[in-house]
Amino acid sequence: MTTVPEAIERESRLRAAQRFLVDNPVIVLVGVLVLLFVLTDLVNRNETGEPFITWNQLSTTLLVAAPLGMIAAGQTLVMLTGGVDLSVSFTATAAAFAMSWQANNSTAEGILAGLAVGLGIGLANGIGVGIFKVNPLIMTLGTSSVTFGLLSIYAGRAFEKVVPDLVSTLGSDRFFDYLPANLILWAAVAAAIILGLRYTGYGRMLYAVGDNEVAARLAGVRTWQVLVLVYALCGLFSALGGLLLVGFTNNPDLGLASPYLLQSVAAVVIGGTSIFGGWGSYSGTIVGVLILTVLGSLLTLLNAEEWQRQVIYGSIIIVLTAIYARVSGSE
Amino acid sequence: MPPPPSGSDAMNDEAPPLLEARGVAKHYGPVVALRSADLSVAAGEVHALLGANGAGKSTLVKCLTGVIRQDAGTVSVSGRASRPRSPMHAARIGLAPVFQDPALVPDLSVAQNLRLTGSSVDAVASQLDAMSLKVSFRELVGDLPLPILRMLDLARALTHDPQLLILDEITAALPSDLAERVFDVMNERRERGRSVLFITHRLAEVIATCDRATILRDGQDVGTMVPREGGEARIVEIMLGPEAARAEAEAAGRKEAEVPAPVAGAEEEEAAAVLEVDDLRVGVVQGISFTLRRGEILGLAALEGQGQDELFEALAGQRRVEGGELRMEGKGFRPRHPYDAIRRRIVLVPPDRLLALLPQRSVRENVSAPLYNTPLRWGPINMRAEGRRVRRAVDALQIDMRAARQVRRLSGGNQQKVTIARWLASGFAALLCNDPTRGIDVGTKRQVYALLRELAADGAAILFFSSELAEFPLVCDRVLTIYGGRVTAELPGAAADEATLLHAMHGLEADEAAA
Amino acid sequence: MTTAPAPTAAAAVEFRGAEPWRRALRLHGWTIAVWLVLLAMVPYWRSLSQQDFKFDVQALAIDALPLCFAAMAQAVVVISGGIDLSIGSLMGVVNVLSAREMVDMSFRQALAFSLLLIVLTALASGFTGAIITLTRIPDIVVTLGMLFVWQGVALWIMEIPGGGVPIDYSDLAVGDLGSTGIPNAAVAVFAAFLIIWVPLRWLRPGLAIYAVGSNRNSAYLSGIGVARTRVGAYLLAGVFTGLAGLALSASSGIGDPNSGATYTLNSVAAVVLGGVSLLGGVGGLIGVIAAAYVLTLSKIILLLRGTDPNYANVYQGALIILVVVIGGLLTRKTRS
Repeated sequence: MTTVPEAIERESRLRAAQRFLVDNPVIVLVGVLVLLFVLTDLVNRNETGEPFITWNQLSTTLLVAAPLGMIAAGQTLVMLTGGVDLSVSFTATAAAFAMSWQANNSTAEGILAGLAVGLGIGLANGIGVGIFKVNPLIMTLGTSSVTFGLLSIYAGRAFEKVVPDLVSTLGSDRFFDYLPANLILWAAVAAAIILGLRYTGYGRMLYAVGDNEVAARLAGVRTWQVLVLVYALCGLFSALGGLLLVGFTNNPDLGLASPYLLQSVAAVVIGGTSIFGGWGSYSGTIVGVLILTVLGSLLTLLNAEEWQRQVIYGSIIIVLTAIYARVSGSE
Repeated sequence: MPPPPSGSDAMNDEAPPLLEARGVAKHYGPVVALRSADLSVAAGEVHALLGANGAGKSTLVKCLTGVIRQDAGTVSVSGRASRPRSPMHAARIGLAPVFQDPALVPDLSVAQNLRLTGSSVDAVASQLDAMSLKVSFRELVGDLPLPILRMLDLARALTHDPQLLILDEITAALPSDLAERVFDVMNERRERGRSVLFITHRLAEVIATCDRATILRDGQDVGTMVPREGGEARIVEIMLGPEAARAEAEAAGRKEAEVPAPVAGAEEEEAAAVLEVDDLRVGVVQGISFTLRRGEILGLAALEGQGQDELFEALAGQRRVEGGELRMEGKGFRPRHPYDAIRRRIVLVPPDRLLALLPQRSVRENVSAPLYNTPLRWGPINMRAEGRRVRRAVDALQIDMRAARQVRRLSGGNQQKVTIARWLASGFAALLCNDPTRGIDVGTKRQVYALLRELAADGAAILFFSSELAEFPLVCDRVLTIYGGRVTAELPGAAADEATLLHAMHGLEADEAAA
Repeated sequence: MTTAPAPTAAAAVEFRGAEPWRRALRLHGWTIAVWLVLLAMVPYWRSLSQQDFKFDVQALAIDALPLCFAAMAQAVVVISGGIDLSIGSLMGVVNVLSAREMVDMSFRQALAFSLLLIVLTALASGFTGAIITLTRIPDIVVTLGMLFVWQGVALWIMEIPGGGVPIDYSDLAVGDLGSTGIPNAAVAVFAAFLIIWVPLRWLRPGLAIYAVGSNRNSAYLSGIGVARTRVGAYLLAGVFTGLAGLALSASSGIGDPNSGATYTLNSVAAVVLGGVSLLGGVGGLIGVIAAAYVLTLSKIILLLRGTDPNYANVYQGALIILVVVIGGLLTRKTRS
């Protein structure tokens, strides 16, 4: 006589629910996001007497989140292949600087310069990781070090830091009072990535290389090609993020994107993409980005001191990931 | 093969069984790995534990040896309840396991590994000596091949003089000379009044070496019998369940009737040469030449390390060819990367399916992976066309699609089918199968044989290696034996019986057998 | 009865993996190479420097001291198969806490307090290890989170740089051994290495750490308590992290909540340059120590050359990449 089959019967309804959540992890995350919004709303009403869940605030949240969303997009792609890009923040900053330097000539040249810088750094990373098989942590650390150094030198030089109108508009304006311009760009990029991951050969190859690089090779994939391109794309998206950021702050500054490095990794991880590669999605990252942004607002509202923000931020990362790991039953 | 066991039928019914497991159950969430398994092993017997992949054998053993904790059931050793907390603890109470993955860490030396587990280096060395094996203990474990590591693990288990030695598919990757030593060890254990629990898929071995066999199906024990009395047919019947076995036999018979059996030495017009290998040199291979033609299955029989792996790797583009010439469909061919080989329509099913599969990805993604291996095909996917291709391959192989979302949830047999299905979906002229039936259950094996013969009948050229000699006459039209990196004999499939093969595989002439 | 084929009956099968010299090269080659690189840098360094040798060696030893300890901490964790991105932040906590409390202490009190801090740091690091082992969240994620937590704690303890340490205590880092002129800083590093690491490394605890880093599953099947070993590795790393934070206090004389920021990534760099594989199970601390000195010395050399300190960053980054690329190519050759 065994009790096990009975136990299973009892749990089957719970299991069915759990299985549904496992196959649709983004739902849990959206739930957390909604909870956060509600919490922030409560706190906001408490502090200022006004609600937080207004169209204006939502629009602002999206506006503020877009640059991170862009940077986290590149990070998502890289982490799908089992790697990580620690140079995204300095790439974003460098792109912003390159743009504001070249924009002295023309807006188009400025934007192209920014994107070119991102692409260039990304290619360097891709060549290191894909062709020379350097560990991504080290490679991107190295390029970020080089980038930071070069940035410090050029930032010291006197040049007129121009932020062209187009970039400002993209970075800070809203259409019809509520629709952030950068959201349109972000939405376009998001659509391209989500569809691309699911319905293109390259998307399949990203997952394949991340899941089992040896097996991918045996299937005839020349993995260096996949890797070079993914890091180049990451650099490009980081550059885009940097341009949006400087469009928002209107001031290219060395520390422009510094907090975004760890936030990008956090957003991707919270979003359910496995840090080992081969599993995950950008839709999860998007929710992760929103969660982090709303969390930031909440902490500001609570007048949290810098140190409190740090402690809470760190704990949240751990707790959310633990919840996610539990729900998805991943090992 | 070792001599058949003697006197083992006379079981002493009065003494308590050495190992008695009752009602062992284990589930992982909704997945029931073991429903309720009973197992009884007497002292002084070699007992086989059989069952299809997913039947629960490994789980049962892991419960017995403390690797995992069971959810229900009792286990007693020599009448005393036992609940080992870890494999090492199990060894101390008399249950010594030897798992498929050797409990040896690659970056440390053998000596350091032994020290870690508190095993005496001298004791292990003398056990190895008794098996006529010699390995320097200063070697890094990562430098030694898997068969040697298995033997080391076995030697270490033997130093505890265990009441019950548990061997989990130990012969699966062992060349026949090392397998012989294992059988000798099993006999010696029995003579000393100790017991062995032997998990294997090789029924011929079971019939030759085991006193009794317990068969698991779907997490439950479904029968215990004396292998020699029932024979292979009876074992398969119990394993598959009576209805399934009958249906399976019918299907197999039908397939064999449809498919032309390997013809021995018949006159036929020579089919076009698909793969021509001329004086190939790579690794241990010293100069192998052969021609693989359309519609034939060419077997390669060899002991461990005679060059067969290098041969396959070179043909598949995983390894640089060092000398000689290759021609694929008439044109010269020198692959430097698997992509080159795949493009020339010669594809590989590797011996370790973990190397070929993307564990977290779906069956569909695994099967269609090679279709996108070049940047030219990185664009949008035609989902309907892909779906059709994948479905055709999946149907041809009868892959169980219930756990299709992540290939790692499939059973070993189904996983192996996926590795073959991907080439069906991509298309090929020559299929290289390096031990395609390793570690999969009997039912799936038969499906694979039938499929290979079908593919050959449709015009494919297949190169086939197996570590199980009995498969050669079933599958191959011709068999080449390799020894010392060279071809030593060529036999028609029907004539490739074990004895002849073994002699050629050892580099001996057939006449020497009598001497 | 089937005939047993002749070879199995009589002949013994002997197996050889790799020649001994090849094995030795693989095990120790990288470490030796790093020390040689360090030695090779010395003549160039001397040619640039205006100071006398004793002064320079002292300066190098002091400058490299915190990194040496941080790198040793990171190495222990990496060898066990993990990584710890919070080492720098934890160092910062130790730094500010010691600087705040030791301001008014006597030398003896400072020493006793240091011991307490080391124990606490070990426990803190062990706590991180426990979270990783219990929740099964990847170490990168947990230590990333802890990075923020410790950073916040450091800010809470001391908002702006301040505090101080007793002069005698400071001398432990910046002084030297009387007449011999050997810098205390160097002695401290090698003493820690010999007293803390060497005894463990060749006994079961150390072997277990290597085993778990090499192949966790095999280690488990071998009967090693995997969770226990991993937490133990973090505990041990915490000891070195505590020493690193104290080194910061002693050598700089003040506490600064942001002082540990660069040490995390630099410790990873030193670990990789020192020949420890990021996959775990391979490498040793003596190579890592040399790598820490190499990194510090390369920075000093660049400054002596009058390079813009920002260019120094550029060169260092490029240097790290170069070394890892070359190292990767070399190790791949010896493996195949």
